[in-house]
Amino acid sequence: MNRQIVRLGVGLMAAYFVLFVQLNNIQMFGADELNTHPDNSRPLVANFGAPRGEIRAADGTVLARSVELEDGAFARQREYPTGELFAEATGFFSFNAGADGLERTWDDELRGEQNELADGLRELLGGESTTADVETTLSVALQEAARASLGERRGSVVALDPQSGAILSMWSWPSYDPNPLSSVSTAEADAARRALLSDERKPLLPRTTRELFFPGSTFKVVTAAAALDAGVVELDTPVFANVTEYVPPLTTNPLGNFGGSNCGGPLRDLIRRSCNAGTAQLAVELLGADELVDTARDFGFDAVPPLRLPDVVASQMPDDFGADLGTDVELAPDLAAQIDNPPEVPLTDDMPSLAQTSIGQFDVKATPLQMALVAAAVANDGEVPRPHVVKRVVDSEGSVLHEADLDPWKRAMSRQTSEQLREAMVGVVADGTAKVLQVPGLVVGAKTGTAEIGTNIESTHAWVIVFAGDDIERPDIAIAVLVEADTATGEQTGGRVAAPIALDVLSAWQAERGK
Amino acid sequence: MRSRRNHELALLAVAAGITAGAYALASLGRTASIPADLLPFLGVVFGLLLLAHLVIRRVAPQADPTILPIVALLNGLGYVFIARLSNDISDASSLPGQQATWTAVGVAAFTATLIAVPRIKVLDKYRYLAAITGLVLLVMPLLPVIGREFNGARIWVSIGPINFQPGEFAKLALAVFVASYLAEKREILQEGRVNIGPLDFPEPKHLAPVLLAWGASLVVMVAEKDLGSSLLIFLVVVVMLWVATARFSYLLTGAGLFIAGSWVASKQFGHVQDRLDIWLDPFSDPNGKGFQPVEASFALANGGLTGTGPGRGEPYRIPEVETDFIFAAIGEELGLVGSVGILVAFVVMVTSGLRIAIGTRDDFGKLLATALSALLGIQAFIIIGGVIRVVPLTGITLPFVSYGGSSLVANYVLVALLIRISQDGARRPDIGIELDGPAQGGDTEMAGVT
Repeated sequence: MNRQIVRLGVGLMAAYFVLFVQLNNIQMFGADELNTHPDNSRPLVANFGAPRGEIRAADGTVLARSVELEDGAFARQREYPTGELFAEATGFFSFNAGADGLERTWDDELRGEQNELADGLRELLGGESTTADVETTLSVALQEAARASLGERRGSVVALDPQSGAILSMWSWPSYDPNPLSSVSTAEADAARRALLSDERKPLLPRTTRELFFPGSTFKVVTAAAALDAGVVELDTPVFANVTEYVPPLTTNPLGNFGGSNCGGPLRDLIRRSCNAGTAQLAVELLGADELVDTARDFGFDAVPPLRLPDVVASQMPDDFGADLGTDVELAPDLAAQIDNPPEVPLTDDMPSLAQTSIGQFDVKATPLQMALVAAAVANDGEVPRPHVVKRVVDSEGSVLHEADLDPWKRAMSRQTSEQLREAMVGVVADGTAKVLQVPGLVVGAKTGTAEIGTNIESTHAWVIVFAGDDIERPDIAIAVLVEADTATGEQTGGRVAAPIALDVLSAWQAERGK
Repeated sequence: MRSRRNHELALLAVAAGITAGAYALASLGRTASIPADLLPFLGVVFGLLLLAHLVIRRVAPQADPTILPIVALLNGLGYVFIARLSNDISDASSLPGQQATWTAVGVAAFTATLIAVPRIKVLDKYRYLAAITGLVLLVMPLLPVIGREFNGARIWVSIGPINFQPGEFAKLALAVFVASYLAEKREILQEGRVNIGPLDFPEPKHLAPVLLAWGASLVVMVAEKDLGSSLLIFLVVVVMLWVATARFSYLLTGAGLFIAGSWVASKQFGHVQDRLDIWLDPFSDPNGKGFQPVEASFALANGGLTGTGPGRGEPYRIPEVETDFIFAAIGEELGLVGSVGILVAFVVMVTSGLRIAIGTRDDFGKLLATALSALLGIQAFIIIGGVIRVVPLTGITLPFVSYGGSSLVANYVLVALLIRISQDGARRPDIGIELDGPAQGGDTEMAGVT
């Protein structure tokens, strides 16, 4: 029997040798592959609980921080002390759903370089991890004013410094509280995420940068800039006829003024009173598609703004207005009489769409951020500032990892044109569609917009774009406010609905500035 | 023979030191502090080991000195990991206390066995009692009222406040019966042959024990859904038959029956097919059926060569980590060094057991020592192999390491029997025949076997 027992021993040893080989295979030679295997959530868990820097408002208020946990799989929990208030910018930091906002863009920096020794031993041995903090340009006061003023209405507010491009406020409603989404309880995080995803109002969507809307009459600023830059009009000449509607070439469908009003005059008045007919006539008969499209692109349309946030979308400018028919547009007799050397605008198949485009309808779509940049360009001597929410990123040892680039993004128009437009937009506040925005001691210029959604005139987006400051030559803030169309509210105009929100933001800005 | 006991004592001190060191490190890794109960812990560990050691000194002074220290090491490390896991698994806070209690019960059972069985021959007389006890224990979980199903396996019996797995003890009773049966019948079983080609097979009537084992293991597999124990019982019986008769055909027949049984089982029972599928490709369903073995592999890979350090890994991610998958927790936190250490511990324990078998003159003791060693070695192989995907995963405890009272107590009884046989073998035979070979154990006999 002993022979068999020895053989049994040899057999068992061979079996254990197989275990030894497989252990080497798993723990040594194949370890890298397993450690980076897509199904392996260990790195995710480690990352999720790792030390992570803070995100702070301009005044140092903590917008996002990581607090250490005593129990559970994760060493830390991400917290957003201001709740929903800054979700648009900070985004969230979720175990299952990844991250959004600044949490996503600056993930590497926030996480920093990790010391290999984790918590317990690190305290013992005195090692430190170098996470970085993200210092934003955002103002708590402006953000709170925007939230309070917009209330339960769907919409967006963007406020920025027109010279530096520093964004002071970006708020949109519906928003969300990033805390439950970022919970270490994956059940809680999943439930929160499912609820947000199934909410048809899309609370997870940062509307200021990721959603496109018809800009309506606020786009007339772009049309006016194109016309002034092209030299086809001055602020006070020519004078467009007082009409209720304009019929573009090749159609019998008229384009009417808002509310069917009688409206006309020079460009200054077209802007002040937001005349659709005159603006469309200007675009079709004097300006033409090429100049308009070029200028819109100079303002930033068709380009993704260099704002370092995830998935920022480009605003859209249509550029196809049909085939060139080989002749020029016929200038209206009353205009022809005022202009010595009329420009030649080629006639194309689809002049009605060009007419619609010039007043911010048809296929023109913009983010609230883009429309704030339009106001900023006017305020900033024609230069579109480079928008940014991050002033600096500083690691725990004091090294500055990133500093905002303050060079302008684009030149939208000449300095002279911007001066003329500032004058025209101040007129809108002084005696036009945005009289609400008159603030004693402050120079305020604005352009309202009431964008129609499809064919339902009862439902409109209300817009206003604003600049303000002590000196008309150098305004210090640019604002865009959008209150989205709501069938329950019906028609809402920019002057009546959006301008008061901009006023509240302006007041908050003044109060903060006065401190 | 005194030096053997002194060796044992020294080795026990090493095992206690390693255990205490691991205990302190596990606490350091979690909270950066030395646990306040380190000294009492050390005291209890040492106390229990010393008790077992003193009992051996008294009743089995010439016994093998390596087995108890290895048991101490495995049990101690297992306890440290159970204590460490209890911090990270909800509802597990009572596990360390229970495991400590069961360890004390196990040591008590160990000493009681050594005292109650002064010679291993005593057990030979209770062959049929052992058979009946084994079978009753085996089917107990299937009985109404007392039988309990937990996690899909009906292997529990609940009598009053006590829950236990009778299958753990059934293995021992069956081993005693089969050893006794074969010791008497082995010559008959060697005779009679049916030739099929170049192979000769025993006559069908002599295959009864194999078929009995096959039937018992089928009952365990089908009715109790305990694949691991089923496999273990069958393998051990087949191995004993082969050792007793030296007939290779028993192994072949056993393998044939095993393959046939497995094939039928995989077709008939979904859970068997699932296990096979997961074994062949665990990553086909990494978050479902393959979750356990896949997470175990991630844990082991995370450990690498030297491990994360006790208390610093994430072994709590693996379901059932405190029982079936405790090997993965050790491999993660102690690394390849630790996991191979466990392998070596089992190899040393099993070879010690087989050496005891070789050193024993009487057939019953020899076969029983072989069976007990095979039980330990094969059980550890089945579960470690399952955890690291060498064989299909079958839920079974890692002897002395996993959480579980029945398993712990039964295995303490098992090693007590091994130590008893070792003492018998080391003693000069009572019958006055001079036997060749050194009498004090198996140190040189491995090479000298004929």
